[in-house]
Amino acid sequence: MYQGIRIAGFGGQGVVSAGILLAQAGVENKLNASWLPSYGPEMRGGTANCSVVVSDGEVYTPIVSAPQTVIVMNEPSLPKFEPMLKKGGLLILNSSLINSRPTRTDIKTVCVPCNEIAQKLGMDRIANLVALGAFVKLTGAVTLESVADAMKKVYKRAKPEMLELNKKALKAGFDAVE
Amino acid sequence: MSTILAKKPSMLTDVPMHYCPGCGHGIVHRLIGETLDELKLSDRAIGVAPVGCAVFADSYFACDCVQGAHGRGPAIATGIKRSKPQAIVFSYQGDGDLASIGMAEIVHAAVRSENITVIFINNAIYGMTGGQMAPTTLVGQVATTAPKGRDPKLQGWPINMCEMLAQITGSKFLARGAVDNPQNVLKTKQYLKKAFENQANGVGFSMVEVISQCPTNWHANVEQALEFVRTKMMPQYPLGVFKDEGAK
Amino acid sequence: MTQKTLRKGNEALAEGAIRAGVRFFAGYPITPQNEVPEYMSAHIADAGGAFVQAESEVAAINMVYGAAATGTRSMTSSSSPGVSLKQEGITYLASADLPCLIVNVMRGGPGLGSISGAQGDYFQATRGGGNGDYHVIVLAPNSVEELGNFPKLAFDLAEKYRMPAMILADGILGQMMESMAFNFDPVDPNKLGKFDWAVDIHKNGRGKRNVFSYKGDNLIADVVDRAKRYGLVEETEQRFEERNCEDADVILVAYGLSSRACLEAVNHAKEQGLKVGLFRPITLWPFPSKRLAQLTDKAKGILVVEQSLGQLVQDVKLAVGDKTPVGLNAYPAGGQPDGAQILTAARSLLSGGKEGLFSLQEHAKGFTYDCRRDLALGVQGDNKGANK
Repeated sequence: MYQGIRIAGFGGQGVVSAGILLAQAGVENKLNASWLPSYGPEMRGGTANCSVVVSDGEVYTPIVSAPQTVIVMNEPSLPKFEPMLKKGGLLILNSSLINSRPTRTDIKTVCVPCNEIAQKLGMDRIANLVALGAFVKLTGAVTLESVADAMKKVYKRAKPEMLELNKKALKAGFDAVE
Repeated sequence: MSTILAKKPSMLTDVPMHYCPGCGHGIVHRLIGETLDELKLSDRAIGVAPVGCAVFADSYFACDCVQGAHGRGPAIATGIKRSKPQAIVFSYQGDGDLASIGMAEIVHAAVRSENITVIFINNAIYGMTGGQMAPTTLVGQVATTAPKGRDPKLQGWPINMCEMLAQITGSKFLARGAVDNPQNVLKTKQYLKKAFENQANGVGFSMVEVISQCPTNWHANVEQALEFVRTKMMPQYPLGVFKDEGAK
Repeated sequence: MTQKTLRKGNEALAEGAIRAGVRFFAGYPITPQNEVPEYMSAHIADAGGAFVQAESEVAAINMVYGAAATGTRSMTSSSSPGVSLKQEGITYLASADLPCLIVNVMRGGPGLGSISGAQGDYFQATRGGGNGDYHVIVLAPNSVEELGNFPKLAFDLAEKYRMPAMILADGILGQMMESMAFNFDPVDPNKLGKFDWAVDIHKNGRGKRNVFSYKGDNLIADVVDRAKRYGLVEETEQRFEERNCEDADVILVAYGLSSRACLEAVNHAKEQGLKVGLFRPITLWPFPSKRLAQLTDKAKGILVVEQSLGQLVQDVKLAVGDKTPVGLNAYPAGGQPDGAQILTAARSLLSGGKEGLFSLQEHAKGFTYDCRRDLALGVQGDNKGANK
């Protein structure tokens, strides 16, 4: 198993921390993992993004230039990251904030209304975890439990109530896709 | 029965000093040696030698010494002191070293109140390189890079380090002495004593500036050089204690 | 297997340094290595060490000079422009035979450049950088795990040969997180033996010691004598990693982050029926030329992949000679190497094509340039009255 992932959205949508969570979950699953934030000139252009790799073998490069999976959380990220996807790759699209649809036909697209699901749980800003839950279900790269375990390490200062809510968001995303 | 009235301090080696006749460096070396011996700190001392006329000072002091890059003495002394807090660390520097290329290092050692002792020899000239203008060169004083004399319009004014460092909270003892006569030599030794005692007591950054004579590069004989110290240097660089904090 | 943990590169490096026994750190803020001094300021005191945020890079390296002179495991870290400033101290450290660790988390240059990861400081690191004839041992990690483990290796080598060691990383390695494990037991520096050259207090009857770099009349003997150690290091400490090199048609040569993109290329090459191997120098000085020269007998081409304009390639050419064609796939000034582009260049090298291959001659073909002063813009002396 080798998953190279790009997660992209507005700064503040939690795409960078969702990436750390995913990498940490990989470690919880005894996989090798890397995470790289958008960095240097890529920081410009209105979107934040990060590269994550989880692999049962070695991680080649932490720079994911041809991802197996792309998670886009906002409109500007779609045209930027859709072309990068590997043929046959998976695009998880936050349909709450993105009206456009991908033009490529050689990829699999799954639309998830991440913000709507998050709002139903009472907190808009956990939409990133909804997307991550969907990713877990669609790829099986890491287990849902491992992401929950990873939260304790990544969100060290989070209150127990908040961790519970996070887990709900994760599960809701997991259940929202087939 | 015979009594020893004077002897070489244990802090000085037998290596013959290379300083020019009439130079003040040798006197200050001896004062440092005597002071550390008298304070019984010699066996804890580690010295830092500069680039400049005192580049060989590491051979003259009997303690372990480090000779470093131009102006960086206070940084090197910081590294030594932070690694060996029990050591009595002193940085010996000239005017180009301390007040020009090493300005940042001396200022920030004072800012951090590094618990070190700095000895600053001010003779208003670059000696080792052959008489170029120093940051402390007096207005009108001729140097090889100020052939018409230091002109404030072109080269600015001399810098008074004690007065300047006194503005910094971290500086704890600042004094300026001279070695032009026995009284001033003894007074300078008292300043050195205070500066080293401060370090032993953990008081913080202490510096003793010493107005010194450079007959060679001043193109003067010893008598004329001493006269220059008294009539030209001292008006620009008044002697005395500029700061004395943390004293018991 | 040791349980791996997820760590940021710069933090793994700092923690690895403390575990390697570093007890003095001085540094000055510069992106992208700020997590190193930040980590040190939070943790080195707990280990009984000292952290100083220095007033400048120059001061920081000279603080290291002082601390290293006492035999304390001492280090500084910075990024490219800051490491340029440190060159004064590095040549003094080399001249005074002081072991220490200098870390360069490289960014784009020249000048202030950019904060992107880059590899433009290869020459500076391997050719000296400061004045005079000297070398520092240069280690090039390519993972967060190596970043964490190389401080220990750096001190083992630096102390054995009494010379500074440098870890040459880059912004991406510093900023990325990766699963890693330390491969050594923490060193208790209080239990390490003393050196017979270090300055100290309480001499207890031994002769006085001086640490100095002005050698005067003894300079020739000093430099020639030190060169024996350099020869020994070149002979015995060449470190490298090789993958699928024995039967490769094209051997990629890359260090640090570039070598990670090459791993991707090696992997994809298999799928595409290409025989591509990777030779990764781990020591950049000494450069692992002995093994590289052996490997190139069978290969049809050597492709150097570097995030610079043709620096590493010079050492490769020195090692390979005329035996095998050497091509360059360059990503200067913060460009990011990519597996697909590397394979394109590899194919060009085999087929005699040009795509993906860089050379200054090709790059400047047909290009002319003629910058001139223009009197129409005025004369240089027209504001002379404003001068002093």
